[in-house]
Amino acid sequence: MKRLLSYLSSYRKECILGPLFKLLEATFELFVPLVIASIIDRGIGTGDTAHIWRMGALLIGLAVIGLVSAITAQYFAAKAATGFAASLKKAVFGHLQSLSFSARDRLGTSTMITRLTSDVDQVQSGVNLTLRLFLRSPFIVFGAMVMAFFVDPKAAWIFVVAIPLLSIVVFGIILWTMPLYRKAQAGLDGVTGTFRENLNGVRVIRAFRKEADEQARFDAQNDALTRLNEFVGKISAAMNPVTYLILNAALIVLLQTGAVRVSIGSLSQGEVVALVNYLSQILVELIKLANLIISMTKAFACADRIAAVLELAPGMESGTELPSEPNDALVSFENVSMAYEDAGGEALFGISFAAARGETVGVIGPTGCGKSTLVQLIPRFYDATKGSVRVDGVDVKAYDLEALRKRIGIVPQKAQLFLGTIRENLLWGNEEATEEELWNALTVAQAKEFVASRAGGLDAPVEQNGRNFSGGQRQRLTIARALVRKPDILILDDSASALDLATDAALRKALRESQESPLVFIVSQRAASLMQADRIIVLEDGRAVGIGTHAELLNTCPLYREIYDSQFPKEAV
Amino acid sequence: MKQKSDPARRETLKKVLARIGRYKGAVLVSLLMAAAVVALTLYVPVLTGEAVDRIIGKDNVDFEALLRILLKIGVAVVLTAALQWGMSILNNRITYRTVRDLRKDAFQKIETLPLAYLDVHATGELTSRVIADVDQFADGLLIGFTQLFTGVLTILGTLGFMLAVNPVITLVVVVITPVSLLVASFIAKRTYEMFRLRSQTRGAQTALIDEMIAGQNVVQAFGREKKTMEQFDAINSDLKRYSLRAIFFSSITNPSTRFVNSLVYAGVAITGALIAATGGAGAITVGQLTMFLSYANQYTKPFNEISGVVTELQNALACAARIFDLIEQPSETPDALDAEELHSVRGSVEIHDVCFSYRPEQRLIEHLNLQANPGQRIAIVGPTGCGKTTIINLLMRFYDVTSGRISVDGVPIRKATRKSLRTGYGMVLQETWLRSGTIRENITMGRPDATDEEVIAAAKASHAHSFIQRLPNGYDTYISEDGGSLSQGQKQLLCIARVMLCLPPMLILDEATSSIDTRTELRVQEAFARLMEGRTSFVVAHRLSTIRTADCILVMRDGHIIEQGRHEELLEKGGFYAMLYNSQYAGIGA
Repeated sequence: MKRLLSYLSSYRKECILGPLFKLLEATFELFVPLVIASIIDRGIGTGDTAHIWRMGALLIGLAVIGLVSAITAQYFAAKAATGFAASLKKAVFGHLQSLSFSARDRLGTSTMITRLTSDVDQVQSGVNLTLRLFLRSPFIVFGAMVMAFFVDPKAAWIFVVAIPLLSIVVFGIILWTMPLYRKAQAGLDGVTGTFRENLNGVRVIRAFRKEADEQARFDAQNDALTRLNEFVGKISAAMNPVTYLILNAALIVLLQTGAVRVSIGSLSQGEVVALVNYLSQILVELIKLANLIISMTKAFACADRIAAVLELAPGMESGTELPSEPNDALVSFENVSMAYEDAGGEALFGISFAAARGETVGVIGPTGCGKSTLVQLIPRFYDATKGSVRVDGVDVKAYDLEALRKRIGIVPQKAQLFLGTIRENLLWGNEEATEEELWNALTVAQAKEFVASRAGGLDAPVEQNGRNFSGGQRQRLTIARALVRKPDILILDDSASALDLATDAALRKALRESQESPLVFIVSQRAASLMQADRIIVLEDGRAVGIGTHAELLNTCPLYREIYDSQFPKEAV
Repeated sequence: MKQKSDPARRETLKKVLARIGRYKGAVLVSLLMAAAVVALTLYVPVLTGEAVDRIIGKDNVDFEALLRILLKIGVAVVLTAALQWGMSILNNRITYRTVRDLRKDAFQKIETLPLAYLDVHATGELTSRVIADVDQFADGLLIGFTQLFTGVLTILGTLGFMLAVNPVITLVVVVITPVSLLVASFIAKRTYEMFRLRSQTRGAQTALIDEMIAGQNVVQAFGREKKTMEQFDAINSDLKRYSLRAIFFSSITNPSTRFVNSLVYAGVAITGALIAATGGAGAITVGQLTMFLSYANQYTKPFNEISGVVTELQNALACAARIFDLIEQPSETPDALDAEELHSVRGSVEIHDVCFSYRPEQRLIEHLNLQANPGQRIAIVGPTGCGKTTIINLLMRFYDVTSGRISVDGVPIRKATRKSLRTGYGMVLQETWLRSGTIRENITMGRPDATDEEVIAAAKASHAHSFIQRLPNGYDTYISEDGGSLSQGQKQLLCIARVMLCLPPMLILDEATSSIDTRTELRVQEAFARLMEGRTSFVVAHRLSTIRTADCILVMRDGHIIEQGRHEELLEKGGFYAMLYNSQYAGIGA
């Protein structure tokens, strides 16, 4: 929490002035009943019309001052809250940018997005409300009591009793219903889940003729939710009547006591009216305070979650070294093992190999065997837990991270494009690329044809996540994006999966024939995609069970043989 | 409400009223209670005023009369509290039950809607209608109930009480109060543009956040952190500016209406006091002045609330319209009255001169003929997105053919009950769908009465038993809808086990594409093979091994069936199939 408050510190002035003006407004509000008392006792009592006019003018004056203070307070509160939210958002976004892959894996995408959007919004409105009301409401409640003592100490005791009673009811009901509302929310989530599940599984449900069962299941959830809602509703609906009861009981006692005090001459009629007015001011503010506390609780919960994100260590420091001269082995793995955080076993174990410029390295094996992990160690998305990954002889942990990643073009499994134009997306690879270089990359990536045929060509718009392109087109554009870099190392992480076989083959052919001759890593499930590689690494459960050419592996590696046979029936070879 | 010219809205309103009409009794009682509550709440300030008039000064207090008034206040207050509670409970009940009914109807509709509707409406959109829209509708309804009706009554009642006591002061109240409404709507109009700008910028920011967080790996891989941050900063400071304006200007409303309220209060105090001070015939008492002051304090409140309620209600009506649109969709054409029950199906499927398209202007399947004899295997092949699932849709009668007919054992499926037709098929789709529940519940979906032995036997036959055993609670392990920690292949094995338990005479199988690992895939293939033994099977095939052994291959492209025949025949033909087949081996020769 302290951490978050530091983002509020540049709005210290606003945080002090806002509540201060709010208090000013409240103070003037507290004077009103006294003015009314004076109107009654002196104005009406003695028929002093001039006094009535004066006091009336004073009322209007108080209202004007109240308006000005309130607006000033709202301005400061809004300024502090929005400013705070903006700096907080920026800090969180910046922090997320700096997190390593493993730190982000731990958080998960949807969590990060929620923290940055709705959580920050909640905190913003929490800050805003707090600055506006947190001091004001208690101030009015106690102020009214103090004023009552000022008017008549004997009658004021009724306030001393009524205020705690009202507070108990208001806060008690809120505390009682808060967990119930949460439970109702969980019930609603259940109803939502069943509904969504039925939409997604509609074919299976109909194929298995489960419509009636599902209806029964839904009805049961729906009824339970309704019962719970009605129950919670019953409790919270008690708040208004009960407080009304207490308040008016206090009013009756007040009138009776007041009557006695007036009768013996220690209180005036106007003062009784003033006391009645103070009493009615209390309830409104108590309810406001109670609602404020609900919002604050929510805001606090969100703030805690945001703070937890900010406290995550970035998890990776860049090295400083650069290779002095090109090494024969552009990429080399020396006895590399890697375990993901929180994972039981190692995802990679004792991998060693070296690959030179211009070579093609294939990586194959069952899902979860560590193929992607292996290639992700090269741009240092993750760190090896044992052994070392070297690029041009320099351990990637010591390599200047930005320089290292500049040399690598990676095409991830998930084809991710960004809002903008095709050109803008391709320029991610290299800001300085020329028109010709862009088209060359598109040609190799087998994307030239569909880009050229789009209205606008390179400047055709790309919608969010590239959703206006098909899966295969997206994939080819991400390949082109990596090629624009003219990388020394090109990594295709199962990135041809959405391409049909013919396109996949054409792509590989074009890659082989392209002028730049990067070291290419191809991760794939298809033996056909990497049969011509200079070296194929066969992985099983994180271990390399075979490294060699296609022909060698067919004879020496049973797993490779098995994979191959399943994809190429024997007689066809 | 205001736009009476809008017939659609009136139609919706009518339907809403009809829905609430189911709880007619409760609504009537609630309205009566509301009227009583308003009358009583307004009566208490009158009584308080009378009490004040009994407390005039030293030795001038009428204790006897005061006691009677205080007693009256007591009774009124207790009654008010009781009625208020009862009314809230009733309102809650009406609202929540209406919500329940709506959701129930919507769910029922989902179970019977034609797939043609469900396939073109996003899950999220339909879910949001049934959850968010219904909730919003309920809120609107509840607020409408509690605030609109009582608000109007309060305004009228207050007016009545005030007029009865003194018309001049009433005039002061009636003239100044509407200013508060004017101020509120003036501010609302001015702030609308700011809110629009804010939500637009916020939308842009959320989109950027979504994209960059989801694509963070790419951002880091291409070293775009700084650029991204710059982009974010620009939007963020815009948003900050717009938010400040929107929040500040909208938060002026409250102090402004309060200010108008203070003016009313001051006006009442001045005129009231002046009239009281005359002491003449038309004068009011101090007690009556307090009554006026207490009314003046609250009089603007229902006005402000009602102006909010109107937007709330319009919003609720819009939500209701979306809900009714779903609930009133036509269901699947029901089975014909004389529909036949298919019994002990042998598995002969005949497709005769079938034409079908999802949209009339786009022709898809044309004059398709196919005879599948019991036990035969039909493979459907083609590039992704070529419409292979269309065939499944027609066989299962998720969609009806446009013309021609499909028959099972000689019975046209239009003339059979859907239930018995679907019982005849076992279906394993590529998009595995598991229901949240235990593994056992998922396997026994088609046969809830299966014994443990049968379940295990089916799981063993589908190669699912070994991994199920390794799960924390074995067959009783609870899985969520997305299958939780199960891999794609394991989920597929479960779906096969589900069908294996029923052993229907006909099968529809959808082979997975690349994402399953080879080991599991071998298992899946073995399981598929075992399942297909002796059953008529339609396989959407990606593996050539499956295709080559098929009795008939349907080659599809862009939704059309362009070739049809056995593997060798099609190869010889040298058409699209031959090209597709050879491209698999493109690497070998190179």
